[in-house]
Amino acid sequence: MHILLFAGFLILALRAFALLIYGIDAKFIMPGGPIYGVVRDYAATVVFFVATAAAVRRIAFRPGRFGKDRSADAIFLLALIGLLMAADAVFEGARAAAQHEPVTFLSLSWMAKGALLHASAPWQRNFYLGAYLVHGLTFFFLLCYRPFGIQFHVETSLFSIYFAKLDRGQLKPVRWGVPDAHIDQVKSFGVKTFEDFTWKHMLDFYSCADCGRCSDQCPSNTVGRPLSPRLFTIKARNYCFQHYPVTGRTGNGEPLIGAIYSEDEIWSCTTCGACEAECPLLVEYIDKIVDLRRGLVDAGRVPQMLQKPLKALESRGNPFGKMEKKRAGWANGVAPVLNGNGNRAGTLYFVDSITSYDERIQSIGRATAKVLGRAGVDFGILGAAERDSGHDARRFGEEMLFMALRDYNTQAIRASGVSRIVTADPHAYNALKHDYRDVPPVEHISQTIAREVRSGKLRLQPLEDSAAVYTYHDPCYLGRHNQVFDDPREVLDAIPGLKRVEMSRCRDRSFCCGGGGLALFYEPKEEERMGVRRVRMAAGAGASVIVTACPFCMVNIEDAIKVAGMEGTMSAIDLVELVEQQTAGD
Amino acid sequence: MPPIFVYVPHNGGSVDDTAFELLAAAHTMAGPEACVTAVAAGWGAELDAVCEQLRASFDEVWELAQGALVYPNAELVRQALAAVLPRGCILLVPHNHFGVDLSPGLSIRMNSVYVSDVLEIEGLEGDWLKLVRQEFGGQVSTHVRCDVSAGAVLNVRPGAFQPLEGPAVSGQVREVAVGPLTARRRYLSTIAAEAGDVDITKYKILVSIGRGIQEPDNIVIAQELADILGGAVSCSRPVVDAKWLDKSRQVGSSGKTVKPKVYLACGISGSFQHLSGIKGNPFLVAINKNPKAPIFRVADVGIVDDLLEFLPELTNKVREERGVPAK
Amino acid sequence: MDILVCARRVPDTSENEIALNSAQNDIERDDLVYSVNEPDNYAVEEALQIVQRTGGEVTVVTVGGEDDEEILRREMAMGANHGVLISDGAFMDADGKSIARILEAFVKKGHYDLILTGVQAEDGAAQVGGMLAALLDYPFASLVSSIEVLDGGKLKIGREIEGGNREINEIDLPCVLSIQTGINEPRYVGMRGIRQVASVPIPTLGASELGVVPEAPKVRRTGYFLPPAGKGAAMLSGNREEMASKLIEMLRAKGGLN
Repeated sequence: MHILLFAGFLILALRAFALLIYGIDAKFIMPGGPIYGVVRDYAATVVFFVATAAAVRRIAFRPGRFGKDRSADAIFLLALIGLLMAADAVFEGARAAAQHEPVTFLSLSWMAKGALLHASAPWQRNFYLGAYLVHGLTFFFLLCYRPFGIQFHVETSLFSIYFAKLDRGQLKPVRWGVPDAHIDQVKSFGVKTFEDFTWKHMLDFYSCADCGRCSDQCPSNTVGRPLSPRLFTIKARNYCFQHYPVTGRTGNGEPLIGAIYSEDEIWSCTTCGACEAECPLLVEYIDKIVDLRRGLVDAGRVPQMLQKPLKALESRGNPFGKMEKKRAGWANGVAPVLNGNGNRAGTLYFVDSITSYDERIQSIGRATAKVLGRAGVDFGILGAAERDSGHDARRFGEEMLFMALRDYNTQAIRASGVSRIVTADPHAYNALKHDYRDVPPVEHISQTIAREVRSGKLRLQPLEDSAAVYTYHDPCYLGRHNQVFDDPREVLDAIPGLKRVEMSRCRDRSFCCGGGGLALFYEPKEEERMGVRRVRMAAGAGASVIVTACPFCMVNIEDAIKVAGMEGTMSAIDLVELVEQQTAGD
Repeated sequence: MPPIFVYVPHNGGSVDDTAFELLAAAHTMAGPEACVTAVAAGWGAELDAVCEQLRASFDEVWELAQGALVYPNAELVRQALAAVLPRGCILLVPHNHFGVDLSPGLSIRMNSVYVSDVLEIEGLEGDWLKLVRQEFGGQVSTHVRCDVSAGAVLNVRPGAFQPLEGPAVSGQVREVAVGPLTARRRYLSTIAAEAGDVDITKYKILVSIGRGIQEPDNIVIAQELADILGGAVSCSRPVVDAKWLDKSRQVGSSGKTVKPKVYLACGISGSFQHLSGIKGNPFLVAINKNPKAPIFRVADVGIVDDLLEFLPELTNKVREERGVPAK
Repeated sequence: MDILVCARRVPDTSENEIALNSAQNDIERDDLVYSVNEPDNYAVEEALQIVQRTGGEVTVVTVGGEDDEEILRREMAMGANHGVLISDGAFMDADGKSIARILEAFVKKGHYDLILTGVQAEDGAAQVGGMLAALLDYPFASLVSSIEVLDGGKLKIGREIEGGNREINEIDLPCVLSIQTGINEPRYVGMRGIRQVASVPIPTLGASELGVVPEAPKVRRTGYFLPPAGKGAAMLSGNREEMASKLIEMLRAKGGLN
């Protein structure tokens, strides 16, 4: 529908200017005359009916996401557009009726001509002039009204898309143009008042077309958390309109959290990126949420349940508070520790915290090490010298803690002398790829495995259990954020006898498992767990096994299987564990 | 051996159990023949009844009666005791919310030493009394010596000594006048704990969770077990501090006192504040990942395992036994 | 209102595993992570919230050595206006009363309307607050779980007593209160906050500046030991399934299952 409205809008833009010129010189003939006339007539007709249909949809058949009272603005707009079309049609039709001119068949003008054909000449004239006036008034009114409604996106979107971030993987630094070394000079971290937003973010607020696709895709919104991306933007836009009117006093520096947002709303985001991927106007969300979190952290307003893991990250280098020296305890001899002297290797297996310390996830670590060995990769781990990648400390607003962890790890990685990094943790992968600088190139284990399967180094044996149906769940930080969709699927498809189905929400439309890193520690108010939703989607697709490639997804999904009571009918396995199972042992 | 006194708390005219435990502690310290004096402060008929009760076991009972003492306000009791107790005596006080309020300041007033939360009394060596207490939430014990040449105030852990009733020697009740008391802290009222949705004191089986539950999402694991056993979920202090469960579910010295038949302590380390809320000697099962958790010293049965794994297993097994299909 | 909070740096008991060292005379301190005693942290937060309402300043003081400075910085990063370290070789073996006397001397050098301590530290002694109050001849209340400032130099406080009940008292200022955990939700102190106070000078006072003559401690800890297992628990063995089955048998026998 929108394409028709938009295309019609472009075509009729010329018409609008032509009409203005008519008002001055009645004999003005549009260049491209009759052909344009026909196109224009059909365009106007289509626009009229589309606008009517859209209005009817808003009123009578509202899709869930349109929510409450956003409709008034939209319906008013659609009404104005319809009025413009109708006025134009009457204008044309009246003249055609009076002077017996031809008019495009079955167009709106044609209908108007038909209606006015038998009217008296004075009435035809009245309609002619009246329609012109109405059209003119409506046109100018709309021109002035546009910045105050969602129509503004027509103008601002041009700029907001032009100025959108090119490198989407890059998180906004605390302040653009301030290098890490000078960060202490920044007086206030993050966004606390509206004025703290960058101009680009403010432009985003104006450019939102209030379509709601973001909230539709947002997993937090779906499970009933206080966060709705659309409302996040619209509330900011309304705040902006309220505090920066055309005339009158501007601004007031009110803290946003409390005024328009709640703390819960801001902490509920899992940074999955579904909203950004879906937005037709490329509105950025993650940067804004992270900036708001930075503001909260700066003010000390961190929920108690997050304070403990953050403190543990600071004192122990992992959010669980476990001892540093036990970080390599999971290895059981399958992974050599690189210590620069005796032990060197070409590839570093970056394990990260959850795989190091969580008993269930440690098996993924061991499977990864074994598979790397079988693939003939010369690798090692940092062991007790490794710290948490800091990926989620950063996305939860603790920028300085992230920097401390990043610097520590960067030094350890460089000291180890490796030329390549591989990890099974998509959060670590994302951090090493985008947040870290000056470290060797990193790849995810699924990419390594896919390559070795293609080359024949890893031979995958046929599956014994042919009854099971597998489905692959795309982890947010592997799939959507880093576009790694095909390698894991290739690996699964290379296992003979493996039956695989796709969930309808897959690839970049994947549904977040519940969040990883520090999100595991945060308890929002919600109707249902994201993981439970996801597990039901898998069951709905006909699967009995969910394969995932992220330790946090594994924790959430296995948890969800228990909570949903699906223990006999659904199970979960990590891609690496499956590969380890299906390759020759040692 | 200096004279030994035992401070006796009381409520509604009856003596608190700790009085007889402290009597036993006194005899451990000073020998079975030692003369032990009970001190009770309060007012009116209730105080009289208390002192009558104490006569049967204590050689002497000092009754400190004054209108201002009708509610046990530690500020006033401290003044009263400092006024009447002989310098150099040893005073035993139960270690609870009142003892903690009273004793440290009292020891300063009496210019004597103070030791809190005493578990064992090993004996007197010259001027030095040897005691045992614990640190780090009960994870380690310590030997402590204190110089009692100028007396001592000792807070004894409730339940550390077996109560001693009798001997048959008839004790004397002495009314001891207490001078005027200045109240710079005044008692106003007591607000009872909110009822909450579940009254854990009514349940015979409690599945109690501590820090080991790790996150509130996991509480459902305990709830499922409680449901199938016909019990309720209770918890220790950290779970309430983290706001994962309502205060009405807390078992312990600052929470509820429970008397179940079966108490499953899951992921609870076993601090004495928590254990002091469990009375009636239930069948105590401890499930904890840490084999050195203090709870294993007091439990009847111990299981070293992660409660997050063990409880669902237990729940399923119970279901099997009952023929209920596993979920 | 000017508030003094007495704080202490302790091994973080929740995440540390407390074990005896090889010589069996102390706990193993090598891998311990230290932080501010939790109840003291609640006390500082409470003090900050009070001065936000009434105006005034918050001072945090600790008795110890160089290592203990870090908790003062942490509390200053949280918002405390001043941090003071009291350190002297002569204070090394201080027992509770000695520390209370040291703090008494410090309090008398300044002027504080309210003094807060945490209810207890890792040794579970819960004594310094009460002793300090008696030395200063101030009224005292322990286990405080709520504070309301009243007019006329008084506070209305709630104390946590057994059964989850709260005892409401009125207490005259100046006074000493020992604060229980859960009284509030302490604000977060991030790395940035700590860095910002990293170079703020922290005055250190010794015995002579305070005018305290150290006395020999009359209470001494003479050794750590692991409490004997005693009768302890009958530990179940076997894998998870086996243990669960055994437990169910025992529960049935005890009448816990029917």
